[in-house]
Amino acid sequence: MKIHKYDTVIVGAGGAGMRAAIESTKRSRTAVLTKLYPTRSHTGAAQGGMAAALANVEEDNWEWHTFDTIKGGDYLVDQDAAEILAKEAIDAVLDLEKMGLPFNRTPDGTIDQRRFGGHSRNHGEAPVRRSCYAADRTGHMILQTLYQNCVKEGVEFFNEFYVLDQLITEVDGVKKSAGVVAFELATGEIHVFQAKSVIYASGGTGKFFKVTSNAHTLTGDGQAACYRRGLPLEDMEFFQFHPTGIWRMGILLTEGARGEGGILRNKDGERFMEKYAPVMKDLASRDVVSRSIYTEIREGRGCGPEGDHVYLDLTHLPPEQLDAKLPDITEFARTYLGIEPYTDPIPIQPTAHYAMGGIPTNVAGEVLSDNDTVVPGLYAAGEVACVSVHGANRLGTNSLLDINVFGKRAGIAAAEYAHRSDFVELPENPAQLVVDQVERLRESTGNERVAEIRKELQETMDANVMVFRTEQTIKTAVEKIAELRERYKNVSVQDKGKRFNTDLLEAIELGNLLDLAEVMAVSALARKESRGGHYREDYPNRDDVNFMRHTMAYREVGKDGKDSIRLDYKPVVQTRYQPMERKY
Amino acid sequence: MATPTTLDKLEADSTTSHLITVTFRVRRFNPEVAAEASWQDFQLEIDPKERVLDGLHKIKWDQDGSLTFRRSCAHGICGSDAMRINGKNRLACKTLIKDLNPSKPITVEPIKGLTVLKDLVVDMDPFFQAYRDVMPFLITKGNEPTRERLQTAEDRERFDDTTKCILCAACTSSCPVFWNDGQYFGPAAIVNAHRFIFDSRDEAGEQRLEILNDKDGVWRCRTTFNCTDACPRGIEVTKAIQEVKRALITRRY
Repeated sequence: MKIHKYDTVIVGAGGAGMRAAIESTKRSRTAVLTKLYPTRSHTGAAQGGMAAALANVEEDNWEWHTFDTIKGGDYLVDQDAAEILAKEAIDAVLDLEKMGLPFNRTPDGTIDQRRFGGHSRNHGEAPVRRSCYAADRTGHMILQTLYQNCVKEGVEFFNEFYVLDQLITEVDGVKKSAGVVAFELATGEIHVFQAKSVIYASGGTGKFFKVTSNAHTLTGDGQAACYRRGLPLEDMEFFQFHPTGIWRMGILLTEGARGEGGILRNKDGERFMEKYAPVMKDLASRDVVSRSIYTEIREGRGCGPEGDHVYLDLTHLPPEQLDAKLPDITEFARTYLGIEPYTDPIPIQPTAHYAMGGIPTNVAGEVLSDNDTVVPGLYAAGEVACVSVHGANRLGTNSLLDINVFGKRAGIAAAEYAHRSDFVELPENPAQLVVDQVERLRESTGNERVAEIRKELQETMDANVMVFRTEQTIKTAVEKIAELRERYKNVSVQDKGKRFNTDLLEAIELGNLLDLAEVMAVSALARKESRGGHYREDYPNRDDVNFMRHTMAYREVGKDGKDSIRLDYKPVVQTRYQPMERKY
Repeated sequence: MATPTTLDKLEADSTTSHLITVTFRVRRFNPEVAAEASWQDFQLEIDPKERVLDGLHKIKWDQDGSLTFRRSCAHGICGSDAMRINGKNRLACKTLIKDLNPSKPITVEPIKGLTVLKDLVVDMDPFFQAYRDVMPFLITKGNEPTRERLQTAEDRERFDDTTKCILCAACTSSCPVFWNDGQYFGPAAIVNAHRFIFDSRDEAGEQRLEILNDKDGVWRCRTTFNCTDACPRGIEVTKAIQEVKRALITRRY
């Protein structure tokens, strides 16, 4: 076991982690621990753009953006946070441009902007061009630009270091962050990083679904590490299903395709979104479009012999426009489906995409241990966190924005905290939990296989807690997850070695997914209403009287050593926008 | 809307299972087990429309958990899974079984020119060091404007191709010059230098050109086009290298 000491440790090197690192490295001695090489992070898969009311191509302002974000989140958004997001968006985009990001340009040479779902002029009048973009690889360009600037700033990376535990020490009755424990993939060695401040920026949890746009590596590692140490997870029942994943594969096809004029059609060729969202049509918010697609499919208007998908039609757009604005997604259709998007519509279905919930933080990125107590020295930003700027449903282009605005805020806050604070003493045997976990898995002779349990988990999640949920389906999922968690105790790995043991890594990741899937299902069961991405067929309406509040899920361990989930609730911050019925 | 035939066929095919049996011949190496690398054959059932990465997962998940490779996004964006498949550098997640003549064994090896650490995992540090050496970040002088720097669409287009790079190393590890001498910067580093040299906003082109004027720089390129063939993003890598060579001679860029 090795012990390292840094002022600030950042867990994860996607957009949020690297944006934080650029700030904290200037101000404090910083280490970035990442289980992948930084440029492999899933920020790079984001396509369509980053929202900011630059008003480069038409009238726009950050107040309209704030409203759209709150409405898009079905009023579960904390309005003070949404205002910060929309206001600081403008500088966030300009910062990236100055760092070198090659945005597409207008004829005047300014940053070009295009339409995106849920972003509107004057509180819902018509779609507005607010998304700043670089073709359909905006996330790729953000990830590359931030990495380039990390190289420039001399950010210190520990590549292929997998953080498995959050260390917390109680000082004078206050629980403080003391550091993290990491597993070095190349050697199997355990490292303890003592740090004055820790920032989680480790991304989402999408791999508990089968059809998902998420990378294999998105297994909720940061959420799980904090949750196991008794910290709450907020709004985990809210998961976004992106309307246009490649049929059966789930690979993302950007909403920018509809922003450029693409149209969703059913088997009769009908532009069905006109029925569900008369004003915004194909550019309604993602939860609305995904439910509309599944309604078409359920009512027998889906395409193909099994009627299990619809079409994204780009055939009316000029090939030059597709080549210039959507080169990557048209290539995905060619590579993975053998479809020519110039002439053929693309078969699509909704795909699990984004966790609105996560580790609760305030607007400075400080992690909360209950509804209002801050954990000194602990921060989170990006998809791992829940500020909450996305509420019950995130708007497209607001996640690339979130990672930049709150990544920067967390980086500054964590470094400043490190400046004014001393190291917190490490707990006794700081690596014990991780050593035990790793050794138990390596030495287990149980007869359960990781791949089989993961497959059954993904199947039950797709079948029971996707776009449409009922008490019955969620209970089915809860029971199945409990069975899988029990079976997980008998899981074993074939690779018993130290070096690059990805077999062992996958087993640990599965443990995280199982814990988080349970939190999601239990949170969803208790929310007896429909709001944003959480749709209950048995409670089809939003219930502001009983459920205008954030879910806070805590892990509790009983005297018998068994763990259970305790749910609590936190009020939503409302400033100037009163909840209204949501229409697009 | 008339439904074209390729789409009909795709949809009709989906209702039936088309599993075929293929052999994956994988180059294995684990110094914890044996000092030498060796080939190992695996037979698996797979739909030919699936990816080589899916085949590797089937082996890892159903047959041999110790098979080790890097992967993440699984659709050609993250750059983790560059490997040598049937003797050519490709991304395992962008290569479909049906495009490989599955009646013969499909060979899968680590990319060449970088030290193999285990099975298909190589040491990427020298690759990233060469990248860092070309100063891959925007360098400007003077005061920053309050708003964005202006750039015409034409100036933006000038370096568009080289912004697509995902740093997968497929190009660099396909280059015979790099195989023979790891000191050569390699195509990927030059591509990333090109991305800034030809960016109208950047003011450090001269410095980058001087770095690449080194004995291990662009002049080592023998224009074999392996890199262009290998690039999973379709970047015209050799052309970018040629443009850097020309800029060194003319000092115009």
